[in-house]
Amino acid sequence: MKDISQYLELFRTERDLIDAHSVPALNALRDEAAAAFERMGFPSKKVERYRYTDVATAFAPNYGLNLSRLHIPVNPYEAFRCDIPNLSTSVYFVVNDSLYKDALPKATLPKGVIVDSLNALSMLDEVQAVHSPFSIFHSEDSLTALNSMLAQDALLIYIRAGVRAERPIQVVNILRSAVPLMVNRKVRIVAEAGAEVRLLFCDHAADDQDFLATQVMEVSVGEGAHVELYELEETHARCHRFANLYADVAAGGHLTHATLTLTNGLTRNQTDVCLSGKEASVNLLGCAITDGQQHVDNNTLIDHRAPGCTSRELYKYVVDEQSEGAFAGRILVREQAGQTESQETNANLVCTPEARIWTQPMLEIYADDVQCSHGSTVGQLNDEALFYMRQRGISESEARLLLKQAFASEVLNHITLEPLRDRLHYLIDKRFRGELNHCRTCRLCNKS
Amino acid sequence: MLEIKNLHATVGGKEILKGIDLTIGPGEIHALMGQNGAGKSTLSNVLVGHPAYTVTEGSITFNGKDLLALSPDERSHEGLFLSFQQPVEIPGVSMVNFMRAALNAKRKYQGLEPLDAGSFLKLMRERRKIVELDNKLTSRSVNEGFSGGEKKRNEIFQMAMLEPTMCILDETDSGLDVDALRIVAEGFNKLRTSDTSAIVITHYQRLLDYLKPDYVHVLMGGRIVKTGGPELAIEIEQRGFDWIKESLDI
Repeated sequence: MKDISQYLELFRTERDLIDAHSVPALNALRDEAAAAFERMGFPSKKVERYRYTDVATAFAPNYGLNLSRLHIPVNPYEAFRCDIPNLSTSVYFVVNDSLYKDALPKATLPKGVIVDSLNALSMLDEVQAVHSPFSIFHSEDSLTALNSMLAQDALLIYIRAGVRAERPIQVVNILRSAVPLMVNRKVRIVAEAGAEVRLLFCDHAADDQDFLATQVMEVSVGEGAHVELYELEETHARCHRFANLYADVAAGGHLTHATLTLTNGLTRNQTDVCLSGKEASVNLLGCAITDGQQHVDNNTLIDHRAPGCTSRELYKYVVDEQSEGAFAGRILVREQAGQTESQETNANLVCTPEARIWTQPMLEIYADDVQCSHGSTVGQLNDEALFYMRQRGISESEARLLLKQAFASEVLNHITLEPLRDRLHYLIDKRFRGELNHCRTCRLCNKS
Repeated sequence: MLEIKNLHATVGGKEILKGIDLTIGPGEIHALMGQNGAGKSTLSNVLVGHPAYTVTEGSITFNGKDLLALSPDERSHEGLFLSFQQPVEIPGVSMVNFMRAALNAKRKYQGLEPLDAGSFLKLMRERRKIVELDNKLTSRSVNEGFSGGEKKRNEIFQMAMLEPTMCILDETDSGLDVDALRIVAEGFNKLRTSDTSAIVITHYQRLLDYLKPDYVHVLMGGRIVKTGGPELAIEIEQRGFDWIKESLDI
């Protein structure tokens, strides 16, 4: 209990300050969220879904919070210039946990598409008229509850029925602080019936500082809507990320969600997808490349609640040096979910005897007439392939690199956004070469 | 050019080569025949430095250099090429990236600049035609989904790209139909220069009809027990190996 006390104490003593710099929609959630957080405490490794990540230790240090919402001096355009060539996106910056209003994209969004912070009340009215902005604010997860207890703002992305957002929307999360900092981000994505949107979230850290970020994302994919959501993390060894995503896909809707972790410290991504309408579909993709002391834990749940739904899941890890990866994916096919098609694959490449992988694919079927498969592999590089390449004159290090890239790139091949896919191939190549922190166009990277 | 002296080698602790002596001059083609398990593939693997094989005695000199002191990739740069008996499939590594990495590594070793993309692709196109390798195959992953014959053709294509001076063809004829065999063998002949040497491991005369070896060696129990001209291969084709065993009293 002592672990959670500093957060509860902070909440109780600073409650007025927290509320004063937030909005009623979020303030209304706090009491119930705090009670849930206090009841659950930090999940120990005995909690099934948290068995691979030590949460309490990550939350133990004394992080500062920017509860008075002081404006953090940063010009994201100056600090951050990593772009995706040939991909024209509407770029938004979130500095710590606030939308950076000084640098909004110049091009206007199509009518019916809204990207704004919850503080922009006019837009909340419009969205709230149709959807409750936050239906999940504690669920049965203590970190979601903690996030709801402390979050002071939220990013809302709304696409009205039938509207196609032609240009992908990119959100760059920048962590910036001179002292150890905790941030609590909330994101609400609503794509109404028949809407189409592609979203790219990039996580970066601008300062060599200890960061702790919680993120709760809630996604509603309406009937026949199409949402692609890519999350790319390129932070550093002192960053801790706990991201919980809750998605609901209505009849005939489709969600693609990809989590790509290239550089980080400790990351836990929990992704829960509910296929609630018939013939809904989801693709979950994940790729983690780790070395040093990196830790990446992806925990997924796909809940088939309606007939004729399809789910595909592919997670690949390349773990090197002393790093650790974990994957636990549960697929639940409920009694009413006949004609389900589901495929889950987790493949892992373990490059050293010290690197660790935990893998746990789970399939629970309560319906008849379904086609489901699940499997995982853990292995090393193929020695015969390595030798074949060396016989052709390719050095051992280059051959290893090509094989690792080949392994990881299978995930990228499922990404339909071509410029992003090309960019990710490039980034992964750089990552394996250890050159990720030297990208040419980025002043931020060149600084370090 | 290649001088093997008293070569002994083991794999998995078991001695397979028990004193091989073989000298190959520039431009010479040497056929290596023998029953299964005689050590033919072991010899080729030892020559290219496969890590599973351990040389316990003897020496190999290649163009005056101690071959055994070189890594597999350095041996490749020095001009040694093995056409694998069973080429490996490498999913996810495209033929283009694979060949570019190989060719540019060799150029770097030779102190040359990497080939620019245009010249490289032009070279790929030219060389591909020599073995009639379909464009579709070179745009795929290395050997992935290739038929047995296509894999063997792909080996000769890679040879064409890397222009080695010492080629080892390890049962390149196995699994090939008559037409594929002709394409592969004629491809090899087109690529040969007066300095290209080769060790051809085969069970059959039909490949040798095309390649016309200067010498034929018979390997038995990890040693070369008989050496002759092209007529020896014809005799083996007709009579098998037992008569050699009998004449040597093995």
